Amino acid sequence: MTPTISPELDERFRVAAAAAGLLDVAYDVLPDTPIGALLVGVTDRGVCRITFDPEPERELELLARLYGPRVLRSSRPVERLRLELDEYFEGRRRNFDVEPDVRVMPEFNRRVLAELAQVAYGSTTTYGALAVQVGHARAARAVGTVMNRNPVPIVLPCHRVVGSTGKLVGYGGGLHRKEQLLRLEGALL
Amino acid sequence: MSAAVPPFERFYEAHRVEVFRFLGRRLGRQRAEDAFQETFLRALRAYPRLEHGEHLRAWVLTIASRIVLDDVRRSRPQDELPELPAEDVRPAFEELAPLTDDLPPKERAAVVLRYGYDLGYDEIGAAIGSSEAAARQAASAGVRRLRKEQQ
Repeated sequence: MTPTISPELDERFRVAAAAAGLLDVAYDVLPDTPIGALLVGVTDRGVCRITFDPEPERELELLARLYGPRVLRSSRPVERLRLELDEYFEGRRRNFDVEPDVRVMPEFNRRVLAELAQVAYGSTTTYGALAVQVGHARAARAVGTVMNRNPVPIVLPCHRVVGSTGKLVGYGGGLHRKEQLLRLEGALL
Repeated sequence: MSAAVPPFERFYEAHRVEVFRFLGRRLGRQRAEDAFQETFLRALRAYPRLEHGEHLRAWVLTIASRIVLDDVRRSRPQDELPELPAEDVRPAFEELAPLTDDLPPKERAAVVLRYGYDLGYDEIGAAIGSSEAAARQAASAGVRRLRKEQQ
């Protein structure tokens, strides 16, 4: 008989690897959230990645390049985020307690994302308003780019940022998702 | 250009079955499970220090064989293993490593796994992605080359 790896043995290693603090990024794929499959990644500092319609091959390479090569699928470390996302999608959570880890982003992006984190559940703001808040009144377009590159959408609510006329404009995960999230929060009727 | 170190997930997926088979043959299924976890935890610890992604099979089997030797040493009373060169194995590897630095990669892996870790040619072949016969040839070619360099 050929020995194989039992799921228990596999899981035991994945749990042990995370428990020993040996991972640069622990990730998992949540296959069926209300907005589709999400790949979520966490470091010891917080949530570093949420990707819509993930292509794992590409994602793993990217995570390894940004955070270090010890990228392993491990469900235990992402459990808290998974729970908070479940609660959010069920309308039972308005704020995330998990910390975002955006240390790999450039300084300007981090400042914009810090302002973004203050935009309340169920409300919207504009690219221009965020630009003013970070002291670059004319950088609305650059703010749009920061939103587009937001590594942790949903947790950092770039879906709450719309154009100056109230048009939804764009979203990394597709406009239909932006609309879905805003509806969930009651910001769109 | 040498290959980049892959994300650990890819490395683990690519080698876990082979590592477990290797450990199972040497230790039996029960002890192989603990050794399996230990092998990949050690690999994780050392992973950030890898400079390229080549010969990862040989590398992880080397770790596994070291763990086998540790396990065997622990599980038998000292006086029952006169023929097992357990105490010598680490130094053998450490002495071999710098000596074999200039060998072509395959020959180097074969020499180190054969004489540093006492692996069989079938296992070495599996580790370096060659047949058993090719592994034997690589090891003897490596040794010949080393002899030549020594002169």
